[in-house]
Amino acid sequence: MLETYLPILMQLGVACGFAVSTLIVSVLLGKSGKTNPVKDSAYECGMLPIGEAQPRFSVKFYLVAMLFVLFDIEVVFMYPWAVVFKDLLVTSLLPVTLGMAGFVFILFIAYLYVLKKGALQWRD
Amino acid sequence: MPPVAFIIFSVIMLVFGVLVVVNRNPVASALSLVVSFLGLAALFVSLDAYFVGVVQILVYAGAVMVLFLFIIMLLDLKAEARRKINVVPMIGGCVLTAVLVLQLVSVLNTFEPGKKSLVEAPLDYAAAAAARPAVPEGKSDTIKRDLRENKLPDVRLLGEQLFTKFPFHLQIAGVLLLVSTVGVVILSKRELK
Amino acid sequence: MLAAIDLFFLVSTMVKIVFFVMVVVMTLVAYTVYAERRFSAIIQDRVGPNRVGIPFTKISLAGLGQPIADGLKFLLKEDFTPKHVNTFYYWLAPALTMVPALMSAAVVPFGSEMAIPFGDEIYRVPLVIADINVGPVFVFAITSLSVYGIVIAGWSSNSKYSFFGGVRSSSQMISYEICMGLSIIPVIMILGELNLTKIVEAQSANGWLLLPAWGNGLSMQSWLLLIPVIISFVIFTISIFAETNRLPFDLPECETELVAGYHTEYSSMKFALFFLGEYAAMIIGSGIIVTLFLGGWSLPFGLSEHLLANKGGFWGIITPLIHFGCFMSKVVAFLLFFIWVRWSIPRFRYDQLMRLGWVFFFEIALANIVLTAIIMVVLR
Repeated sequence: MLETYLPILMQLGVACGFAVSTLIVSVLLGKSGKTNPVKDSAYECGMLPIGEAQPRFSVKFYLVAMLFVLFDIEVVFMYPWAVVFKDLLVTSLLPVTLGMAGFVFILFIAYLYVLKKGALQWRD
Repeated sequence: MPPVAFIIFSVIMLVFGVLVVVNRNPVASALSLVVSFLGLAALFVSLDAYFVGVVQILVYAGAVMVLFLFIIMLLDLKAEARRKINVVPMIGGCVLTAVLVLQLVSVLNTFEPGKKSLVEAPLDYAAAAAARPAVPEGKSDTIKRDLRENKLPDVRLLGEQLFTKFPFHLQIAGVLLLVSTVGVVILSKRELK
Repeated sequence: MLAAIDLFFLVSTMVKIVFFVMVVVMTLVAYTVYAERRFSAIIQDRVGPNRVGIPFTKISLAGLGQPIADGLKFLLKEDFTPKHVNTFYYWLAPALTMVPALMSAAVVPFGSEMAIPFGDEIYRVPLVIADINVGPVFVFAITSLSVYGIVIAGWSSNSKYSFFGGVRSSSQMISYEICMGLSIIPVIMILGELNLTKIVEAQSANGWLLLPAWGNGLSMQSWLLLIPVIISFVIFTISIFAETNRLPFDLPECETELVAGYHTEYSSMKFALFFLGEYAAMIIGSGIIVTLFLGGWSLPFGLSEHLLANKGGFWGIITPLIHFGCFMSKVVAFLLFFIWVRWSIPRFRYDQLMRLGWVFFFEIALANIVLTAIIMVVLR
């Protein structure tokens, strides 16, 4: 069983090797030109950059990331359920359906709360 | 394989774990933690916990750390990088670590290693398959089928345990998630209506 | 454990990796770019790149040499690192985009098992790089890691456009990951499998999920389940568009607002790695769609079962090759669909995109799971 994961490590090696080697080849083959202050400045369509390069952004992005973590966990619980659903339908119908129904229901309340509070509202 | 894999991945985990603390740049710390999590996932996989290993990547490395990166970017990180080393928390942290190590050593000293190691006693798939209860005529038992093919159906076993024995505990996990959702929305409420 | 891993396994795995990832996917990436340019030219009534053929001759081959010329150009361009960037992370980001895109190729089965007669023995080689039991979850895990390349690119470039592109992109990708995860739950429920090889084998014998027209697929249940499967398929496909930052969801790099988004400050091969990573992700995404919903490498109407029944001799080699061809033609069809959509549909607004993912798709995908469960319980 463990050896089924060895190819993944090999694949990781090949993928990293590909990325690194193309970058190296590009450094070796690419011409290097002169630099000047204008070339080195951040690109803002020809204007001189004003202010900080990393302005603050809306807290909504953070909210989305947080909600993503929560609902991702919900999805993760669904994989083991979905994979045994067909088999357990025969032997233990009630726990397998009601167990997941309850879990999804609780999380749907959470989702409705988020929706009602306008946390997923992007237009002000 | 376990010893070699264990050594490699635990070294990766520990080295990048130390880098999380040592790095002055918060983004570098966060990325080190991601690599540390990847090492942890590999350790899970080498312990035959395939699903848990992959979920470790999916939830921690892929979701929680993205959130951390967002938070770091929301805050002004340059001030953080410039800040001087604060002595008192450093000493406190070192003392706490020392206490933890001492505790671990004392606990592990009383630990009596088993007579057989895992390598000497591999999983007996055939016996496990034979021990499965019979299912009604015409229906399949995929766990039994997988065991007969000498494959560990870890996701199925997890699902079976979770939904036949612990469906109630799952609801508690759901309530916990609900509470944290409410918490998240309230924390960022000032921006919302 | 080490003794169990024989040399043949290592060599065959290496051959598969080099063949599938380096030869097939990379060639396909290059020619998808070409196809994209030609296709868009046809849609916009232009000519497109049709000149580059064999060098020093007048043979142009409808411009088929273009990808090679592009690749050389990327390598020979000035490798320029602006002064204002965070150098280490600026270099790390393109690699971090490329590696996950190639990694998820490891679990996609691209053909049936090959049986190679060599001497007295027959060596069996499954045409999948890593036949793991948690295929789709692994793909999602790796996809979730590809956010880092984009975030790091946006952050390390120290430029406003890059930064906004990075933040937008990561937010979009994580939102659609939820939809992706939820939309394949019905597929797993119906097939009862998380192993992609087994998913394909089940569909080969009993009808594709979207075409249950042979084997056990010819039942009331399969046809009723077609409703949730179609909903799943639509949500999953659209999520793949969003996940690979393709138009109509290319907000992270929308030229009219953000110049080029997170790779504004990149040039030469570093830019090319972002570019290749995006196309590689698109190809693997098509591969996953085909594997989950359209029977992967299998031929329709149970023809694969007839082919697989031919044992011995060279059938062990020819059958997998036919299946590989079948898989590739399905993937190419999907790639052309991706391109067609890109040049036909205008871009969404950011709030529309978020609303579509979080409100519309989330609710439908959840309702879809409930619907699947009800159908399966009633018709058990």
